[in-house]
This record gives sequence, C-alpha cells and structure tokens, in this order.
Amino acid sequence: MLSRFINNAFQLIGLTVFSSLALTVARAPAAAEELNVYSSRQEFLSRPFIERFEKEAGVKVNIVFIQRGMLERLKAEGANSKADVVMTVDIAQLTAIAEADLLRPTKSPTVAANVPAQYRGTDDLWIGLTTRARVIYTAKDRVKPGEIATYEGLVDPKWKGRICTRSGYHDYNVSLLASIVAHRGEAAAATWLAGLKANLARKPQGGDRDQILAVAQGICDVALGNTYYYALMTKDEKTRALAEKVALVFPNQGDRGTHVNISGIAITKAAKNEASARKFVEYLSGDEAQALYAEQNNEYPVKPGVAIAGVVASWGAFQADAKNLGEIARLVGPAVKIVDRVRYDE
Amino acid sequence: MVAGSEGVDGSQRSGGGWTVPPFATAIVVAAPILAVVGIALLPGEAVWYHLATTVLPAYALNTLTLLVGVGVGVLAIGTITAWLVTMCEFPGRRAFEWALLLPMAIPAYVVAFVYTGMLEYAGPVQSGLRAWFGWSTARDYWFPDIRTVGGAIAVMTLVLYPYVYLLARAAFTEQSVGQIEVARTLGRGGLRTFVTVALPLARPALVAGTTLALLEALNDFGTVDYFAVNTFTRGTFNVWLGMNNLAGAAQIAVALVAVVLALIALERAARGRRRFRAAHGTYRSLPRYTLSPARQGAAFVACALPVALGFLVPAATLAEDTVGDLGGAFDRGFVRLALNSLGLALVAAALATAVALFLAYAPRVRQTRPLAAALRIAGIGYAMPGAVLAIGVLIPFGWFDNRLDAALRSLFGVSSGLLLSGTVAALIFAYVVRFLAVALGSVDASFTKVPIGIDHAARTLGATPRQALVRVGLPLVRPSLLAAALLVFVDVMKELPMTLILRPFNFNTLATRTYEYAGGEQLAQAAPLALAIVLVGIIPVIMLSRAIAAARPGQRRA
Repeated sequence: MLSRFINNAFQLIGLTVFSSLALTVARAPAAAEELNVYSSRQEFLSRPFIERFEKEAGVKVNIVFIQRGMLERLKAEGANSKADVVMTVDIAQLTAIAEADLLRPTKSPTVAANVPAQYRGTDDLWIGLTTRARVIYTAKDRVKPGEIATYEGLVDPKWKGRICTRSGYHDYNVSLLASIVAHRGEAAAATWLAGLKANLARKPQGGDRDQILAVAQGICDVALGNTYYYALMTKDEKTRALAEKVALVFPNQGDRGTHVNISGIAITKAAKNEASARKFVEYLSGDEAQALYAEQNNEYPVKPGVAIAGVVASWGAFQADAKNLGEIARLVGPAVKIVDRVRYDE
Repeated sequence: MVAGSEGVDGSQRSGGGWTVPPFATAIVVAAPILAVVGIALLPGEAVWYHLATTVLPAYALNTLTLLVGVGVGVLAIGTITAWLVTMCEFPGRRAFEWALLLPMAIPAYVVAFVYTGMLEYAGPVQSGLRAWFGWSTARDYWFPDIRTVGGAIAVMTLVLYPYVYLLARAAFTEQSVGQIEVARTLGRGGLRTFVTVALPLARPALVAGTTLALLEALNDFGTVDYFAVNTFTRGTFNVWLGMNNLAGAAQIAVALVAVVLALIALERAARGRRRFRAAHGTYRSLPRYTLSPARQGAAFVACALPVALGFLVPAATLAEDTVGDLGGAFDRGFVRLALNSLGLALVAAALATAVALFLAYAPRVRQTRPLAAALRIAGIGYAMPGAVLAIGVLIPFGWFDNRLDAALRSLFGVSSGLLLSGTVAALIFAYVVRFLAVALGSVDASFTKVPIGIDHAARTLGATPRQALVRVGLPLVRPSLLAAALLVFVDVMKELPMTLILRPFNFNTLATRTYEYAGGEQLAQAAPLALAIVLVGIIPVIMLSRAIAAARPGQRRA
C-alpha cells in the first residue's frame, strides 16, 4: 500500500519534472538573434553584463558555465558546435583553445582600439577583458611598508615560517611562476619556488581568501593572492575588520611590474552568429562594461582611461608586467612541472 | 556465476533475447569508458618519467592513506549502525533507520568547507579555546590542521559511510531468518551471531558498499583540492589542465581503473567458491534483540554520532548562514533549480536501476564470455574521475552527431546539427554510465543470495525468463533495487563535474549553482543552495528508506 503510493507519487513527480525539463530544452533556440556563450566565469558574475548587452543589442544570450573540459567539448562538437563565443578567467585556457585551432580572429577596429596589444592574441584570436593582479598581502602591524617589494624578496630567509599561499598547482600561482620563467628562465624560477617553499608558515592550502585571513589572524605575516578577494572582504561587513589588518603591496614596481592574468573572450571557428559575437566583444571592451568590471568584480579594466570607482580605485595605479600574456601562457606546462619537482604542496 | 549449460531447456529457446540485448546495452554504456582508453593511447608528451621522478610516490602514498582510512572508517560505521538498527531494539531506532542516510545528501566539499570554517584558527572552536585558556596567537598552542590527509579521511568517512550502511542494512534485512535462528538455537549470542553468521553472509553487500565509498573517495577532487592533498585524482587534473596533456591524464585514469579492477578480482578470488545464499526461502519478521539499558545507551550514541557529525552540524551551519538570505535564495530561481535537480536525479535513478536489473539478471539466464567482459567494463565508470569520464561521453556523442549531420546533408540536404550533444538526454546517459556501478553493485550483491534453483523452479513451471524475473526474482531483490535507486538518486543530486561539462545552455542545477558560489569563495551565497540540495535530497531518502524497510520479503504490507 505504502510502496504503491510511493510508486504513484514518484511517477507523478517524474512526469511533471520530465516534461518541464523537455520544455526547457525545447525553449532554448527561439529568438531571431542569438548568441551562445561557453564561459568559465561563474554565471552570476556574468549576468549583469549579459543583461545589459541583451537590452542594448536586442540579442538573446544563452550561456553555459563550464570550467574544465571547455576545450574538449568544443573539439568533440566540431564545426556543428553551437558555441559562438568562449570566455575564460585564465590566459592558459584561452590560448589552449586557440592552439587547437578552434577560434577565429575578432575583426573589429573598435576592439583593437579598446584593448592594448599585449592583452590580445596573434591576429586578435583572443581578447583580454580585465586584468587580475597577483599581489603580496602583508600584516600591517608586523611588516613595515617597503619591507617586501618584489616577488623575489619572498625568498629572503628573513621570511622563514612567515609566508602563506594556496596550492602551487592553482592557475593563479602557476601563471605567476610561468611569468618568472618568462623573465628569468626555468632554473631561476625553480630556485625561487624552492626558496618560497622553504619560507612557508604552513603547507599550501585553501583559497586566496584563506591566505588573506591567515595574515589577518597572525598565522603568517605575508601571503600571495589576487586583489578582488581582498576587495570582497572589505565590502563584506563580517570580514571588513579582518581585512583592515592587512595591507596590499603591488610587487616589482621598480622593475618589470606586477604579474597580471586576464579574463578574456574569443569567437569560435564554429560560430554561427559572428556578427552578434563581435558586437558582444565590442560591448565588453567598451567604457560601460569595463567600468562595471571594476565596480562589480573588482578587477582592472584593460581599456586605458576607464574611470575606476570604489575600493579598486583606493589602491591607486600600478605598473603591470608588460610581457605578452600569450608568451607566459606557453610556459604554464613547464611551470607545473617545476611545482612537481619542488614538491611545493607537500 | 552460472554457466550457460546450467540453464534449463527453456533458456536455449528464449535465451537469444537474453544474450544480444544485454551485451548491446553493456557495450553502449561502455562506449565512453572505451573512449577514455582511446584517449590514453593517443600520442602525446610522455608524462610518466616526469611523474615517477617527482610526485608519483606522494600521489601513491596519499591516495593509499586516504583509501585505507576511509575504508576502515566507512566499514566500521556503516556495518555497526546497520546491524544495530536492523537487529536491536533501542530508543530512536526507527528514526535512525533513515537519519543515518542523511549525511550522503551533502556534497563532500561542502562538508569540507563547513568544518574548515569551524576548526580553522578564526573559527569558533579555536577562538573559544583561546578565550578559555588565554592564548593569544597561533604560536601559543597546537591544534590539528584539518586541511591534511587526516582531515580528508574524516570528512569523506562522514559523508560516505551511508553507502555501506545502506547496502549492509538491505543485506541484513534480506537475510533468511532461519540462519539467524539456527545460530540462536545453537546458543550464540547477538554479538557472536553478528560476527560468525550475519557478517560473513553480508560480505558481498559490505564489499559492494565499501567499494562504492572508496571509488568515490578515490575520485574526489573538491575536497583534496581545497585541502591541497596530492592524490592521483589531483595529479590527473594537473597533467590534463596544467600541462595541457589530456592523453597523459587519461593514462593515469586508466591505470587507476586497472588497479581497481585488479583489486575487485582479488576480492572475488578470495571469496572463492563460497556462496552467500539464503538457506531456504522462509522469511518472517526478525525478532530484534532487547538490550540492557547501558547497551541501549551505547547503541544510541553509536548511531547518533555519525548523524550529528555528518549531517546535523554541517546542515545547521548552512542553515545559520542562510537565515538572513532566504529571499535571496528564492530570487536565484530556486524552484527551477530544484526541479531540474530532482528531474535529472529521478530519471537517472530509474534508468540506472532498470539497466542494472537487466544486466545483473542476464547472466543468470545465459552467461557468455563476451557478456561477462562487457559487464565488467560497463560497471567501471565509477572508477574514473567524473570530469574525465565526461570527456569520454563527449567524444562518441560528438562523433555520432557529426556523422549523422554529414549523412543527412549529403543525402537530403538538411542539417541535424548537434542532435544529442549538449542535451539533457546526453547528460542522463552520462549519469547512467557513471552510476551504473552503484546500482549494479547493489543489485548484484542481492542476486548472489538468491539461489539459481529458484529461477530454475520458476522456469520448470513454465515461466519465461522475463516472467521468472518479474514474478520471482524481482520481489526477492526489491530492497536492494530500492537501495540502488536511492544511491543513484543522491549521487546525481550532488553530481558536479559531468553536469558542468555536458549540460545544455541556460540549464542549472542546485549542485552547479552551489559550486558557482563556493568556487568563487562566496560561501555565504552558496549556503542556501547547498542546504537546498540537502533538503530536496532528504525527502526521497526518507521515503525510500521506509520503502526498503517495508519491502523485506515476508513483511506484511498493510
């Protein structure tokens, strides 16, 4: 009796749900002008940009948030892929898709004018939209201003037992290491990473936010992290007091500049809606969207001269590493092997 | 395992229907796994020498430590609690029957986040200790670090023991009362009956449950990545994404699958010719042991601890983070997300269980070598990291869609585009491929206890294999079927990597949304969604758990 009731109930639920699923699927391709996006940036962060673009351009945007496997999905789908545009939050993922010959150039004078050449791929195969600076966090009460000014300074024995980082395999740390390989060679980069490991206060762990917390709580005095996590902490009243104990240092201002990674965009080779795709890239590299990136996501606009508001502005301007990011992305593989050799996470 | 010659004459006539379709089904399910093997064979940058000289020993040691720790933990908690609620009478027993399943509703990485928040330096535990003892900094005292192998073992044991509990309970429930009564008549007490009769008889189920838990632990990425513990799965991702070497990553995954298959074969060999069948089919309600008050207390604590640590504490923490933000959760299309998750989980659970029943029964009708081999491969999807298997799903679907499109274009001048890739159908297929092992393990363990003679008797009385299955086999393995459906359901509710890679546009589930926020280190926003996974998952868990209890053979249905 009970089990029959359960069976019936489940059948009913199943039917309702399955038909609603079918509706979702059937509803997707409808409007005249559409744009299909694969994005490794979380959808909730992309939504505000998409909604404004939809309103402005009259194009319906469909999106899937994919992190790992975006390259493989594009490959398997081939020329019939529905994706018109890919967006990533890391340069290596973007260049890997470019190297697999799955992209087409963004032919747009507007975009070329908006985005400096160092943040664009060969033939504008990919376009950077924001830069994300990898900075050093210090404890205001235990580290004097100027005491640490470069990534290289982190290996000084005076920091022994005083540094925190997340896993060496994380994209952001790997791309920082790849930039050091690009500037100073593999051997020097390996020595640097070994020196950094020797100074760690604890085994690498957690996310970027956890490193900032660790500095605030006295577990370590110095940490590596991206800036936007810090911005989020200062905006959240629960964590503001902790964030205020921590200072933010842009490294290597006297020489090559602070390492930045990018979030970027590219038009796929399979794109069926190239015109809409180009419009989308133009919109995202334009003034409105660029300012919104700073305001909402606390990242740095790539377009020069865009006014930055709020927390990000309060950190002041900084000099970013000018090396072409495509070159750094090619060194990501060797960088991961260095992390293996140094056994950084152990 | 039954040789074809053992079948009664009828199987020769109708056996054809039980040879080709199961084999074909198994091959279709095996296709993505074979695709991953194919990727592993592609030429690519050699990776093994580099790994062997750097991180491989650490991968091996960490993975082994994790598996041994989780294995011991889940086996102990799962078996003991299952025996207590099935065979002993103590306060709260009926509630524990289903409550013990609750921890499996929470994704492991969410539990990892919650406990890290609680136990790290700034968390309430250490802050409280500091205030109490007057310590001021981290250097004044020692506190175990949760983001270690030990922490990963604890977290995974807490969320994975229900796999053992569920299958062990189904096994204890299905056990013939006669065997237990013989033991009792011979003067064995509760504990000795448990150790010498019930436990050996439940071995296939215990092994199946522990295997599931260990495969889950082996392929976990979220927890080990957050704790920065280098296991093989983390290595697979470093090679794939960091070194942009998919072939090398597939080689690691396939090598691990080979090790898993070898271990399973070893266990089967160790079982030898032992059989685990019910001595006869007399089923009656099991009389439960009455415990002394002290033992009742102990039984209560033994069941309450895993529920509290694995469910109540994390769920309460999530609820606390949620209270202020309930409206926000609904703003984010909560109902839509819940329906999507529920729909996927229900359909996949039903399909995987049906396929598992079909495939587990086929060898009883007619066993052939190709079928046995195909079954072995079809059941191994669970032994691979979900993201790697998802790539294996992309390839045959992409191939099929593009071939079909090309054929239609050349023949009729119309394009079918991507017919199946990036649809809900592909996603559900992927779930079946990945979680078939879960369902098969449960159903298979149950069938091993049903003597083949029962099938033969039904067939002698004129039933076709299908009638024998539906009217005789099915009622006997019902509890295990429900357990299988429940396991797949909960697994799909939590499933993340395959859903992220394979889903259609504008299609989100509770799990993908939770991860969006948690992965962006915005835990406060993730909390209500994680809680929703738990809540939506709980209802079927409770309903099915009751159905399992009611489905015991011989149990009177009201």
